[in-house]
Amino acid sequence: MSETSTVSQGAQPSQPSQEFEKVLSGSATQVASFDTHDKTPVQKFQHFLHGSPSAVPLIVLVLSVAVFGIILGGKFFSAFTMTLILQQVAIVGIVGAAQTLVILTAGIDLSVGAIMVLSSVVMGQFTFRYGLPPSLAVLCGLACGAFCGYINGLLVARMKLPPFIVTLGMWQIILASNFLYSANETIRSQDISAQAPLLQFFGNNIRFGGAVFTYGVIAMVLLVALLWYVLNHTAWGRHVYAVGDDPDAAELAGVNVKRMLVSVYTLSGLICALAGWALIGRIGSVSPTAGQFANIESITAVVIGGLSLFGGRGSILGMIFGALIVGVFSLGLRLIGTDPQWTYLLIGVLIISAVAIDQWIRKVAG
Amino acid sequence: MALEPILTARGLVKRYGRVTALDQADFDLYPGEILAVIGDNGAGKSSMIKAISGAITPDEGEIRLEGQPVHFRSPIEARSAGIETVYQNLALSPALSIADNMFLGREIRKPGVMGQWFRKLDRTAMEKFARDKLSELGLMTIQNINQAVETLSGGQRQGVAVARAAAFGSKVIILDEPTAALGVKESRRVLELILDVRRRGIPIVLISHNMPHVFEVADRIHIHRLGRRLTVINPKDYTMSDAVAFMTGAKLPAEAVAA
Repeated sequence: MSETSTVSQGAQPSQPSQEFEKVLSGSATQVASFDTHDKTPVQKFQHFLHGSPSAVPLIVLVLSVAVFGIILGGKFFSAFTMTLILQQVAIVGIVGAAQTLVILTAGIDLSVGAIMVLSSVVMGQFTFRYGLPPSLAVLCGLACGAFCGYINGLLVARMKLPPFIVTLGMWQIILASNFLYSANETIRSQDISAQAPLLQFFGNNIRFGGAVFTYGVIAMVLLVALLWYVLNHTAWGRHVYAVGDDPDAAELAGVNVKRMLVSVYTLSGLICALAGWALIGRIGSVSPTAGQFANIESITAVVIGGLSLFGGRGSILGMIFGALIVGVFSLGLRLIGTDPQWTYLLIGVLIISAVAIDQWIRKVAG
Repeated sequence: MALEPILTARGLVKRYGRVTALDQADFDLYPGEILAVIGDNGAGKSSMIKAISGAITPDEGEIRLEGQPVHFRSPIEARSAGIETVYQNLALSPALSIADNMFLGREIRKPGVMGQWFRKLDRTAMEKFARDKLSELGLMTIQNINQAVETLSGGQRQGVAVARAAAFGSKVIILDEPTAALGVKESRRVLELILDVRRRGIPIVLISHNMPHVFEVADRIHIHRLGRRLTVINPKDYTMSDAVAFMTGAKLPAEAVAA
């Protein structure tokens, strides 16, 4: 990059007219240029990471796969194990996509897990209690999730309540409604596969040799790809980032911030309902007590994925890498045969390191 | 100077509880001019500007753009009518790129199926447009149109904000304290930008506390005092201390309104 730009490069520069500005003509002429060529390799790396926020989790993911591969060899490096990791992160990946949208707007959604479970219960109960056709029950479940998200969005955007408080409250409300409505009753897997196999749709799989891809895994990959496209290549996606970055600036620039927030929370609720459907496929049954940790796990995936909790920064690809990192650690450590507490300990270390790295990358802008 | 004002306001009143921020304020902007608005803190000049740019709705009074009465309910409405405002806080999203910022809220979509059905943005077109606009204003010291705004200096950010307004402001550009946060050199750069925008024939409203800057670039100076227009002076006929005296009430202007 050149450094030759000068103050007088404007179309038709006027002469400085204030007395104290006379000396400016003799001053250094490179005020507005960038000094990009005399960087140390570390600074270059820092700039690269600033530009590609999902690079850090990707590097960590590749390294962790390599390390477990070296320790465990073929037991870990098989198509079966690799795809098993994908199956285990499918639900967290889908819920994490919903969480990503909300966190990009500088919010947080603690109710994702509850919405997921309530939606799956609605799908199951509507089929078995009211005898609705499964396809209609699934639609009702999706609508239920979107509605819960819509309530979150209204409270955040219109009532201007902090997202943490709104979703903390909604988490309790939705979870309690879920137990009250379902009467704490589980619908058995055999009944579902006999009478409403559509509910277990995402449990079906495709096999290539040892590799097993459930429809849930495929749904997660497609969903993340779709959201990546939407976030990066549509006006709505750019507005998600703008709202999280600086809502006042976005409003003045012509973005309808309230409508954006409501749409983001509603979409997040809808994606959680999709996760609820995928959850039935994963565990086979409809259980009101399933997925208790989905909110914490999704936030973990997002944070390890390098998205900023202050909004406006990061990539949805980072979230999926973050979810996979957790998956690789859990399964890898289990195969090694350590106490499972080591997994939690290491994930805790990863979370704190991810945020520390994020702060370091952010210094580029300072 | 053309005789018909492009933007006028008559008898604007805005009350906040028991405080009257605007008390029968008038305002005239002529085509192709730079009109500076000065006044003490609390004189009501920012309320007047907000009324014109749609950020507040006046309780009484009438605003006309090119002779037609207008009623803006939001800055977006004023913007679509051709009035662009560069706010003091710039209204840029730091993590988004220069091109993204310039087109925020008015993105260009790709033609054909990709744009219509997949809502895909036409990045190439937007980047080219942004680059052209910035180089027109002599701002191409910014090399990478995709770099985040937060990596720019204060003057460059101001430049991007002014370029955005100049690119889309078809009728009027309002600049609120554009040099307040800048150093000597960067202020100079922004003043050149302002003169450059006027050269293309777009009238500018410049709100500033900086008397030397105001006297240098303004064609006329609107002096606001106690919620209304006190007078409009020609900077060639008065000194800075006269203007300050009018502004603070130390001296009263002769009844005749200059220019």
